[in-house]
Amino acid sequence: MPVMNIIQAVNDALKLEMRRDARVVVLGEDVGKFGGVFRATSGLFEEFGKDRVMDTPLAEAGIIGAAIGMALYGLRPVPEIQFADFIYPAYDQIVNELAKFRYRSGGQYPAPVVIRTPYGGGIRGGHYHSQSPEAYFVHTPGLKVVVPSNPYDAKGLLLSAIRGEDPVIFLEPKRVYRAARGEVPEGDYTVPLGEAKIVRSGSQLTVLTYGAMTHTCLEAAKQSEAAGFDPEIVELRTLLPLDAETVLQSVRKTGRVVIAHEAPKTCGYGAELAALIAERALLSLEAPINRVAGFDTPFPYTLENEYLPSPDRVAAAIKQTATF
Amino acid sequence: MHAMLAKGQEPRSEEAPFSILDDDGNVRGGVQAPEVSDEKAIALYRGLLQVRLVDDRMMKLQRQGRLGFYMLSMGEEATHFGGAYPLRASDWIFPSYREPGAFFWRGYSIKDYTNQLFGNAEDPVKGRQMPVHHSAKWINMVSISSPVGTQIPQAVGMAWAAKISKKEDVALVYFGEGATSTGQFHVGMNFAGVYQAPVVFFCRNNGWAISTSGDRQTASSSFAIKALAYGMPGIRVDGNDLLAIIAVMEDAVERARKGLGPTLIEAVTYRRGGHSSSDDPSQYRDPAEVVRWEAHDPIERWRRYLEQRKLWSEALHEKFTKEITDELMVALKHAETVGAPPVESLFDDVFAELPPHLLEQRAELLAMPRAKSGHGS
Repeated sequence: MPVMNIIQAVNDALKLEMRRDARVVVLGEDVGKFGGVFRATSGLFEEFGKDRVMDTPLAEAGIIGAAIGMALYGLRPVPEIQFADFIYPAYDQIVNELAKFRYRSGGQYPAPVVIRTPYGGGIRGGHYHSQSPEAYFVHTPGLKVVVPSNPYDAKGLLLSAIRGEDPVIFLEPKRVYRAARGEVPEGDYTVPLGEAKIVRSGSQLTVLTYGAMTHTCLEAAKQSEAAGFDPEIVELRTLLPLDAETVLQSVRKTGRVVIAHEAPKTCGYGAELAALIAERALLSLEAPINRVAGFDTPFPYTLENEYLPSPDRVAAAIKQTATF
Repeated sequence: MHAMLAKGQEPRSEEAPFSILDDDGNVRGGVQAPEVSDEKAIALYRGLLQVRLVDDRMMKLQRQGRLGFYMLSMGEEATHFGGAYPLRASDWIFPSYREPGAFFWRGYSIKDYTNQLFGNAEDPVKGRQMPVHHSAKWINMVSISSPVGTQIPQAVGMAWAAKISKKEDVALVYFGEGATSTGQFHVGMNFAGVYQAPVVFFCRNNGWAISTSGDRQTASSSFAIKALAYGMPGIRVDGNDLLAIIAVMEDAVERARKGLGPTLIEAVTYRRGGHSSSDDPSQYRDPAEVVRWEAHDPIERWRRYLEQRKLWSEALHEKFTKEITDELMVALKHAETVGAPPVESLFDDVFAELPPHLLEQRAELLAMPRAKSGHGS
């Protein structure tokens, strides 16, 4: 089985689906001849041509607005927003238009657009190349939000997203774009949306995380293990719809929860998870829910490693929660 | 080609917009009028009349408190039909909220229209949107959004998709002059110019965006002139002259279909009513302005044109008025008796299928006593 990184897995999924389904088109800034600034669309222009791999003018609202029109007409557009930090000019098109088209038209006009965008910090990109905007989109009814952490899931989830009938925000963890490598089956397979995965079984407490932070948490788990703790790590993979069952089962088993994400703490996705657990599993809890998150500051440049939850910070939270 | 549509022309507002009919319905000398058959010419008259009569009734209902909200088109009806008439049924229209005539021209019934206004169980959009936010996929009329201009890049995307799919379909997108101030107008025009998308941009310049006059939207010498910056032709047309609008639309649609790219049309008209039933234009504009525009009424002009062609009679007018009024009365009576959409439908169409959290929320709602009333009207 070939070993790939996440970029190669995304590229493989796009190629596979574009070969399989002539309705699938890719558009965005620098995605054509250049193959994308991260090379995720490399080779697509050569294989599928300018009518299916479109270099657009530099306007995110235009990219998403046009993608919506294409989807209404019957195509399956997969626009790329070069960095998630640049998605805000398209915010109105995403939250007011894309998310609501099916609903507001009484089901007449579905708009299945899959927006791929690299997100997150750790590449020394300052606040305009590092943000984690997932909470805005999870909060918008009508959007699905997917965050893979590894090549296998990236390919399988992207294929599910493109084949689905709903708009999807597909957040790619660019910090581990190349670092996360793994075996990826050749050819077709899918990973369904809405299914979390236990990436480390444990008995003592539950760590809930997603995206690049999954790797941070796995590293933290090694430290914790050495110190005698036994955390279970649940990787959500899809934030909406959430696999609440898997989350709650783990929490009921361990009674202790650490939630880790890069995005700012206040009203971050962890707040929703904490509320869910408080609503559904309060009596299973043996300790307060512990959130390890980005701080409520803009994403910094020089001090990014202080800002980002590190393995040390997660390990400290594990210890604190396990010994409460 | 009926009108000058060459790149590089400068459509300035100090010059009179392109016009074919004068206020008396005479074809002006020296212009080539498009051919509209007797049957179509009469059907267009019926359509114009229908919008006027329906608007009149709905405003009254709104004032009586039987309808929550309404937006009327008085004075701008020719833009609805002039835009829709030259298109094929397979072409798509991305409307804003003031083109009901385009829906009617394509077969949207008064019953559909009324059901939407009442948000009842037979509303094509299932009571999901405020009155006048129609959507009718069966006639390629795309769902209406309240924020202005958002439909512009979407129309470009649809047209672009048609082009890369090797189809002949064309997009028509309507918006008011206020929308030209948005970024959406810019990105849409720019994308269309770059990709030569088969789209017609139809700017209904009705002079007012709620209380904001046209001269607060732009310092350009016209709205049509903006086309030059995007590498496409722009033309100003008399928006109360149905024949002239048909002429420039036919040219623009032909250009689009031939692969010659997009066109911007600025239809110069006037919003004689308020922005909506919630508006009071007497607070911000001179009523004399409205009176001046009454003399240029688009329906009266078309009527006089039909008279010249010996196609109009008082009897025909009475017949249409009665037919439309009867249909409207039946539709209203029906719409007011149809109940609200079923409560569980609140959760449908958020996604293709209900995810677990919505299934839970639906069960939670259904277990509660019902709210006092769906506000329905």
